[in-house]
Amino acid sequence: MLSESSSFLKGMMLGSIFCALITMLGHIRIGHGDRRHQHKHHHLQAPNKEDILKISQDERMELSKSFRVYCIILVKPKDVSLWAAVRETWTKHCDKAEFFSSENVKVFESINMETDDMWLMMRKAYKYAFDKYRDQYNWFFLARPTMFAIMENLKYFLLKKDPSQPFYLGHTIKSGDLEYVSVEGGIVLSIESMKRLNSLLGIPEKCPEQGGMIWKISEDKQLAVCLKYAGVFAENAEDSEGKDVFNTKSVGLFIKEAMSNHPNLVVEGCCSDMAVTFNGLTPNQMHVMMYGVYRLRAFGHIFHDALVFLPPNGSDN
Amino acid sequence: MSEIHFREMASKSWLNFLTFLCGSAIGFVLCSQLFSILLGEQGDTQPDILHNDPHARHADDNGQNHLEGQMNFNADSSQHKDENTDIAENLYQKVKILCWVMTGPQNLEKKAKHVKATWAQRCNKVLFMSSEEDKDFPAVGLKTREGRDQLYWKTIKAFQYVHDHYLEDADWFMKADDDTYVILENLRWLLSKYNPEEPIYFGRRFKPYVKQGYMSGGAGYVLSKEALKRFVDAFKTDKCTHSSSIEDLALGRCMEIINVEAGDSRDTIGKETFHPFVPEHHLIRGYLPRTFWYWNYNYYPPVEGPGCCSDLAVSFHYVDPTTMYELEYLVYHLRPYGYLYRYQPALPENIRKEVSRDYKKEDPKVK
Repeated sequence: MLSESSSFLKGMMLGSIFCALITMLGHIRIGHGDRRHQHKHHHLQAPNKEDILKISQDERMELSKSFRVYCIILVKPKDVSLWAAVRETWTKHCDKAEFFSSENVKVFESINMETDDMWLMMRKAYKYAFDKYRDQYNWFFLARPTMFAIMENLKYFLLKKDPSQPFYLGHTIKSGDLEYVSVEGGIVLSIESMKRLNSLLGIPEKCPEQGGMIWKISEDKQLAVCLKYAGVFAENAEDSEGKDVFNTKSVGLFIKEAMSNHPNLVVEGCCSDMAVTFNGLTPNQMHVMMYGVYRLRAFGHIFHDALVFLPPNGSDN
Repeated sequence: MSEIHFREMASKSWLNFLTFLCGSAIGFVLCSQLFSILLGEQGDTQPDILHNDPHARHADDNGQNHLEGQMNFNADSSQHKDENTDIAENLYQKVKILCWVMTGPQNLEKKAKHVKATWAQRCNKVLFMSSEEDKDFPAVGLKTREGRDQLYWKTIKAFQYVHDHYLEDADWFMKADDDTYVILENLRWLLSKYNPEEPIYFGRRFKPYVKQGYMSGGAGYVLSKEALKRFVDAFKTDKCTHSSSIEDLALGRCMEIINVEAGDSRDTIGKETFHPFVPEHHLIRGYLPRTFWYWNYNYYPPVEGPGCCSDLAVSFHYVDPTTMYELEYLVYHLRPYGYLYRYQPALPENIRKEVSRDYKKEDPKVK
């Protein structure tokens, strides 16, 4: 009897030690790069209101053109109706937008990643974009076809940020020790972050194609782990009032929540005026957002903005 | 004897081994549960620390890991600081609009409340018209019954009430439902070209039954001061009949009888401004089936898709409470920074002269 209980206890101990080891190993892989690299961000000062009024229209245009954003949209065949809506609507406001799909889809032009795995798609897309466009674009925005994005507000958000610094921005989530940008809100990388990411993509110890030891890790977490090795850390994007500008929900959902949580301040408590992304939209809602954002407005409200953006060709909004 | 002993030993060690395995399995499971609780996903962390402090969010890291500088930009500390509403304010003074909202006792809290929280505040004066008075809301009691067949009677009484109490307080008199969303600035822009002493009224023009057409009730319609005077007078002198169960049609017939012109409310490039449905129904091709009555009712050629609706839309109908707030957010809050809209309509002539006088005092580069 005694020998049995002692062997039971010994078994328990061994089991727990084994489990602890596995968990630790898993976390060490994630937390390893933590104290390695110094990270400093250099923030450019945005022009303030008085200075804005003195800048000529031409100078504002020049400043606006200095932001070149390349949009990566990861799609799968099942996303076809969303893909069509996204293609016709907000992506026309990207300096360049390309669709990266798991396989070729008739009628829809895309770059075939030849894989169904989201993390592999993401890696290949980032590599493709970097190899081909490193000299032409200074910011890289990754999205899913359920998202609606306002490029002009993205550029305004980036106004003070130097792309030669390692920026990795969006709606962040904390998971244990890891803080990562959720793919559901859109991921923004500066050219410097792209450079560092691409230098690590070929190193399986740092940036493996199969991340988790036992169970699969989502692609946005894997990206964060990889970037962390390169000294690139996630930052949550907020406006001057602390509201998120990258949103993982739709306007409608925010409004519904606001109506039950703070019914006296529904619109004020809802979302940022300078929101960049919303997620969870249907194809119809994409078209409504295009009208609501880029056309519908109240006459007589004029804004003195530091940047100037012209409507893109090939679109009537 | 040694054999028996051996077998005893073997079975004992087999039992030991089994209990050992059990123990290790249980230990493993317990441990993994413990770890998953300890290191569980913390979900979205909303930084609850003041954002002006660059080191606040990383207070628990060691000094090496601090991000220098912070996310928020100082370009404008409040979203609306860069906003100039001079023209909108100027029009508010020049084109005075009294709005009255058709509602009822059951709908004050369900619908009218959200109208009050959003667009109603932009009218120069707003009244909520119900069959019964409600001092708290507040709502005017028209002393009628409720129901679809009462709509015209309520409309007549409402306009009478407005005429008797507020005729000199406004230039234009707008009727809307408690599920209509109205953008007042755009209505003022539309009306600024017209003289309120003229007999004219505007709305979403329908063509059947009335020669000059009539205005859809739900999309809202607006009468000039002269039109209101004539309308109220028409019932005193029996020019128009009180009884009808179709409010907008009856009003349209009356307008024609008393020589009030049915105006063209389309914008300067021919796009409709008053809408009988929500934006989605107009913007999405094929949403409204071809057999729907709407296609035969529209006075002007109906358009579906992006051409359906003016950038300076005045109204939408069948707007539920959630959509009221969504529209409020899209019109008055969310905007594309720095974007030069494709449609840039001119200011009305008289307003332009006044505004350029004011702007000469400011930076000449500002258009």
